[in-house]
Amino acid sequence: MTGISFAGRGSAQPGAAPPGLRRDRGRAPGQSGWWALLFVGPVGIGLAVFYLWPIVRTAWMSLTETGPFGGSSFTGLSNYEKLFSNPDLPQALLNTLIYTLIALLVIPIAMVIAALLNTAGLKGRGIYRTLYFLPVVTMAAAVAAVWKVIYNGDYGVLNQLLGFFGIAGTSWLTNPATALGAIAAVGIWSGIGTTLVIFLAALQGVPGHLYEAAQLDGAGPVRRFVSVTVPMISPSVFFVAVTTVIGAFQAFDLIYVMVAKTSPAMPHVKTIVYLFYEAGFIDHNPGLAAAIAFVLLLIILVVTVLQFGMQRKWVHYE
Amino acid sequence: MSDTLATATLVTGDRVTPGPRRRRQPYLIHAILIVGAIIMVFPFFWQLMTSFKTLAGATAVPPQVLPNPWDFSNYARAFEAMPFGQMFLNSAIITVCRTIAQVILCTMAGYAFARIPFRGRGFVFVLFLSVLMVPGQLFLLPQYEIIQSLGLLDSLPGIIIPGMFAAFGTFLMRQFFLGLPVELEEAARIDGANQWQIFQKVMLPLAKPGIIALAVFTSLNSWNDLLWPLVVTSTSENMPLSVGLATLKGMNFTDIPVLMAGSVLATIPMVIVFIVLQKQFIQGIAFTGGKG
Repeated sequence: MTGISFAGRGSAQPGAAPPGLRRDRGRAPGQSGWWALLFVGPVGIGLAVFYLWPIVRTAWMSLTETGPFGGSSFTGLSNYEKLFSNPDLPQALLNTLIYTLIALLVIPIAMVIAALLNTAGLKGRGIYRTLYFLPVVTMAAAVAAVWKVIYNGDYGVLNQLLGFFGIAGTSWLTNPATALGAIAAVGIWSGIGTTLVIFLAALQGVPGHLYEAAQLDGAGPVRRFVSVTVPMISPSVFFVAVTTVIGAFQAFDLIYVMVAKTSPAMPHVKTIVYLFYEAGFIDHNPGLAAAIAFVLLLIILVVTVLQFGMQRKWVHYE
Repeated sequence: MSDTLATATLVTGDRVTPGPRRRRQPYLIHAILIVGAIIMVFPFFWQLMTSFKTLAGATAVPPQVLPNPWDFSNYARAFEAMPFGQMFLNSAIITVCRTIAQVILCTMAGYAFARIPFRGRGFVFVLFLSVLMVPGQLFLLPQYEIIQSLGLLDSLPGIIIPGMFAAFGTFLMRQFFLGLPVELEEAARIDGANQWQIFQKVMLPLAKPGIIALAVFTSLNSWNDLLWPLVVTSTSENMPLSVGLATLKGMNFTDIPVLMAGSVLATIPMVIVFIVLQKQFIQGIAFTGGKG
């Protein structure tokens, strides 16, 4: 996988004094304390100011309301009440959920491509990998511009291509039925390189003798893929599933740049983060935006915990 | 789909067939991979071609594959439509500053979390980790307030500063240092080196792969970042390219070829860096998992 584990080895503190006891300075632990301050201090201050404090501040903001002249007053849970009675919320939740489910298709697609690329003796593997990875390094704003042209209902090349197969196209990004799927497809396209690289790294670690053993046992190709490849790379699949879901729940960039504010498709592509952006920076309602951010945090936490809970059922650790 | 799946397994099966005879290239697999590669590359091709079309050519039905006639003025007009050179420079400054800051600061902190025992280290580390779990939007409003109160709205430092610090980078570097052997450090300590010397002379050279991974990850994210610079900037002179392109479209800018020319110019630098540093990019992404 990625070589990162959440093992909290840092929490062990050899020689740390019990709380309440004074530490003697000048002796070794005190000195290393100063060094630690020097090393951790700069990031520590930055994170405290720009990341930790904002969590507290956002929590507080979600309980207040900003008046027209800037002052804010404590209003309890009224922002949350407003949010949950907001008719846009269920639709935004649904949109985000659909987007996330489509985004997860990146896993089977990347798995198949990774398995194909892993063919022994395959020539041009490096070139394929480069080409599949290319969209990863391009910015959403630039990518979105060209996809808009490709998806266009009047002069878009996609409809032209579909026409060759006798399929009638549509105006993909303004048709409420297709817009979200079309955007999610671009999301898959732009992110598949990352997933592919992770899966390829995992496949390198699958020992060949497992396939031999399976083959001796009479397992056909499909059986080998399902019974050897999939379980052996399942820790990577799990990792990708967790990060993809977290990323998809925060989808914003592509939607912002691909769908115009006034488009008829807008209500059908508005995600939770889009609601947040609107509330915070268009409607200047920071209290409501803060409440949205907290609801999003809660959703992501619940889904991630669920995923970790379910991993026992399908993730195979050696 | 089931066809591809079957082929995929043929592949894994193929892997085990031993044989001294020369392997024939699996044409079916190449065919599938080439179709996929075309889908991946086609938008770039279309972007490039459209950037040389006239407006009429770009919206012609049926679509023109090759520009007819070729119009080379779109790139010059992209520079007229928005302060392109300035935005380009802004993106570059933001990317370089954030990357250098994160590499220096996160490497130092990551080292301390891995190797310098201090009081409350576990607690502070858990605090750092908590930042990782929280969606970025949660920080956005207060960050905006802070940048506002510092008088840095709509300025490059305003865009850069919050991105100089990263829990993810610290975590990444800590994990990296934990994987390095302790013996070298101990040898240096016996030789009388102080903590800084050990870090700089002994550990830093060993940490190069981790640092490259962090630099790749950070520069990619900074160059492509949209939401934060979008809310902080308001004048086009201070916008990075990502925001510039996004606002062009927001204004219902309909000159497609010019927009494509701008997109091509925004795409090229990272693609060049990627092609030159391909190995580091791919390792960096595999190492960081890509998404933070």
